[in-house]
Amino acid sequence: MNEIFGIPAQALLGQLLLGLVNGSFYAILSLGLAVIFGLLNIVNFAHGALYMMGAYVAWLGLELFGLNYWWALLLAPLIIGLFGVLIERALLRWLYKLDHLYGLLLTFGVALVIEGTYRYFFGVSGQPYPVPDLLAGATDIGFMVLPNYRAWVVVASLAVCLATWLMIERTRLGATLRAATENPKLVQAFGINVPLLVTVTYGFGVALAAFAGVLAAPIIQVNPLMGSNLIIVVFAVVVIGGMGSILGSIFTGLALGVIEGLTKVFYPEASATVVFVIMALVLLVRPAGLFGREK
Amino acid sequence: MRNVSWVYLIGAVLLLVAPTVFYPVLLMKVLCFALFACAFNLLLGYVGLLSFGHAAFLGSAAYTTGLAMTRLSITPELGIALGVVMAAVLGLIVGALAIRRQGIYFAMITLALAQMVYFFCLQAPFTGGEDGLQGVPRGKLLGVLSLENDLVMYYFVVVVFVLGFWVIQRTIHSPFGQVLQAIRENEARALSLGYHVDRYKLLAFVLSAALAGLAGATKTLVLGFATLTDVHWATSGEVVLMTLVGGVGTVVGPVIGALVIVVLQNELADKVGPWVTVIMGLIFIACVLAFRRGIVGEMLARLPVNKGPRD
Repeated sequence: MNEIFGIPAQALLGQLLLGLVNGSFYAILSLGLAVIFGLLNIVNFAHGALYMMGAYVAWLGLELFGLNYWWALLLAPLIIGLFGVLIERALLRWLYKLDHLYGLLLTFGVALVIEGTYRYFFGVSGQPYPVPDLLAGATDIGFMVLPNYRAWVVVASLAVCLATWLMIERTRLGATLRAATENPKLVQAFGINVPLLVTVTYGFGVALAAFAGVLAAPIIQVNPLMGSNLIIVVFAVVVIGGMGSILGSIFTGLALGVIEGLTKVFYPEASATVVFVIMALVLLVRPAGLFGREK
Repeated sequence: MRNVSWVYLIGAVLLLVAPTVFYPVLLMKVLCFALFACAFNLLLGYVGLLSFGHAAFLGSAAYTTGLAMTRLSITPELGIALGVVMAAVLGLIVGALAIRRQGIYFAMITLALAQMVYFFCLQAPFTGGEDGLQGVPRGKLLGVLSLENDLVMYYFVVVVFVLGFWVIQRTIHSPFGQVLQAIRENEARALSLGYHVDRYKLLAFVLSAALAGLAGATKTLVLGFATLTDVHWATSGEVVLMTLVGGVGTVVGPVIGALVIVVLQNELADKVGPWVTVIMGLIFIACVLAFRRGIVGEMLARLPVNKGPRD
C-alpha cells in the first residue's frame, strides 16, 4: 500500500488532507455567505476581507500583546463580528429595499477599503504565524503521518459548521431565523425584532469568516490579499451548491476542497481552475445548483 | 432631440481639440476605458445584467492583439479584429453559461469564469506570466499609415471610440434594444410575449464582450503592453465603478465616469500610492448609498423637462 494509481500513498493522502483543510475553509465561508444571504439578500463580497481581518487579529494579537492562539480563536470572531455589526448598522441597512445587486456593489466597496488599508500598513508579503504548541508535530496513524494542526482544522471547522446547522435547524432562535428568511414582514408582525435579528445574523456570518481566518493563519502566510483570492472560489462553491441549504453548503465546500486536492496530485496545472470548471459543468446540467431551488 | 445633437457636437469638438491641451496617451486611455464602460453599461443599464467579469473580455482581447502584433507582424486593424473575435467567442461561452442563472448568481458566475481566464493568462506559456506582453508595436494602419506618432494614434483611437459608441447607440435604439429594455423591466412578461429572452440576453452579452474586446485591443496598441491587470477582478470592479459614477443606463454616463476615474487614478497614483484602492472603495460606497443615479443621471433628473412625477 505504498502506491495508489502509481502515486505514492503519502503524497496522495497528504494532498487529500490538504484538500479537506481547504474544503473546511470553503465550507465555513460559504455557510456564512448562505446565512447572510438568506436573511439579508446580500451577497457579502466583504467576506474574504473579513476572513483576512480575522487572521490579522490573531497575528497582531501575538505580535503586540503576546495573545496566544486559543484566545485569538475566541476573540477574533467577537471583534470582527462586532465590526460586522457596525457595517450592517452604518451601511447595509440602507439597501434592504433596493435591488440585491446594490448589496454586492456596496460590500465590494467595503472589501476594497479594508484591503487597501491593510495593504498600506502591512505590505503584500506574508507573515508567518506559529502553530500552537499543543498541536505542533504529527501523529503516525499507521497508513500515513498526520500533521496534528491540519487534522484539528478539519475537526474544528466541521464542529463549528454542524453547531451552526443544529442552531438553525433545532433551536428556537434558529426557527425564528428561518421564519424571518421566509417572510420577514409576518415575523415582525408577531412582535419579533427583525432588524435586530438581521444585525445579529450579519455579525454571526462575519464571525464565522473571522474564525476561519484564525484557523488559516498557521497554515498559509497571513497577508492582506488572502481573502480576495479565496472569496472568488467560494463564490463558485456557492453557485455549485446553491445557497438554499446549510448542509448542502458544508458538503459542497468539503467535496470541492477534496476534488481540488486530488487535482493537485493528478493534474497540477488545473488545480487553480478545477472548481470553476465544475461550476460550468453544474450550470449546464443543473442550473439551480446541487442543493439550490430556483426562486 | 436638438439638445442631444448639441451634446454630441460639443463632444466631437472637444475630442478634436483635446490633444492640444492634454497628454494624448492619457486621453487615449480615457477613451479606451470609456468604450469599455459603455460596453459594460449596455448590459447593466439596458438589459439589467451585472457582469462582474468584464475584465476577461478586455484582457483576452488585449493579449490576443498583443500576441498577434508581436508574433505575426500584421497590420493594427487586423490585430484589433483578432482581439475582438477572441473576446466575442469568449463572451459566447461565458454568456451561455451565465444566463442560465439570474441576478446575483449571474454576477458571481461571470466573476468566477473571469477568474478562470485570469489563471489561464497567468499560467499559459505564451502570455509572459507575471510580466505580461511587453513592447507591442503599433504597426502601420492598412500597411500605410504609421501609428507610432501619438497624435496620429490619438485620432485613430477617436475613430475606434466613435465607431464603438455608435454601434451601442444603434443597438439601444433599435427594435432589438427595445426588447432588451423590456427584458430589464420585466423578464417574465417579455417571455410571455413570445420573445426568446435567452437568445436576446446572449446576443447582448456577446455584443458587449466584443466591444469590451475592442477597447482592450485598442488599449494594447496605445500602451504597448498587455498585463495581468487587464484580466484581474479589480479591473472588472473598476468598470462597474466607472459606470456607476457616470450613471447606469445613461448614454454618456459611462464616458464621464471613465474620465473621472482614469484621471483620478492617474493623479492620485503618485501622491497617495496604496490609498488609491481605499479611495476607489469609498467612492463605491458613496455612490451606492447616496448617488445611485450617477453624475449624468443626477443632471438629467434636474433638467426642467424631466421634473415631474417621473423619477
